[in-house]
Amino acid sequence: MDAQDKIKAQLEENDVMLYMKGSATFPQCGFSGKAIEILKACGAKFDTVDVLSNPDIREGIKQYSNWPTIPQLYIKGEFVGGSDIMMEMYQNGELQEKIQAL
Amino acid sequence: MVTPEDIKSWIEQGIPDCRVEIKGDGQHFYAVIVSPEFAGQNRVQQHQLVYQVLGDRMKAEIHALSMQTMTPEEYAARDGAA
Repeated sequence: MDAQDKIKAQLEENDVMLYMKGSATFPQCGFSGKAIEILKACGAKFDTVDVLSNPDIREGIKQYSNWPTIPQLYIKGEFVGGSDIMMEMYQNGELQEKIQAL
Repeated sequence: MVTPEDIKSWIEQGIPDCRVEIKGDGQHFYAVIVSPEFAGQNRVQQHQLVYQVLGDRMKAEIHALSMQTMTPEEYAARDGAA
C-alpha cells in the first residue's frame, strides 16, 4: 500500500486524527505538543500517527493536504489545519463545537 | 541564518499589498500577515498561500513559523476589540 492509500485508510478509521512528531505521551516538537494539549483540553478522543517513525507518511501527508508542516489535524477525514489554526479555533470555540458534534 | 526581516520581505514580495509583522530568533518565528488577498479564503487556504510563497524555504531554511493571517478589515476589527 502506498502512503496516500495508507493515509486514506487511517482517516476513514479515525474521526479525529493527528499527524505529529512523537507520541501523545512524548511529543518530539513544541508544535505537536501544543496540538495534543489543545485536543485534550477539548475533551477529544483522538488517534495519532508519529511521522518520525513513518517517513513515507511524513512526506505523503504533506502532499495529501498541500501543507508543508507537521502537526496536521483531520476531523472526519477533512483537513482542519496545523497548530496555529487549531489554537485560533480553540480560542474562539469552533474546535470544541466540531469535536462535540461528532 | 534566516532573520525575521528575510521572511518579512519574502512574504511581502509574494503577496499583493501585504503587510507583515514578525518576531523571531532565527529558529522560531511568529508572523502576523495582513493582506486583502485573503478575503474570501478560509484559514487553511490563507496559510497555504503563505506556504506557497515561501516554497522550499519552508523545508530548509525556516525551522518553525507560526502565523496568523487576516484581511485589513479583520486586522482593524481586532485592534478595535483590543
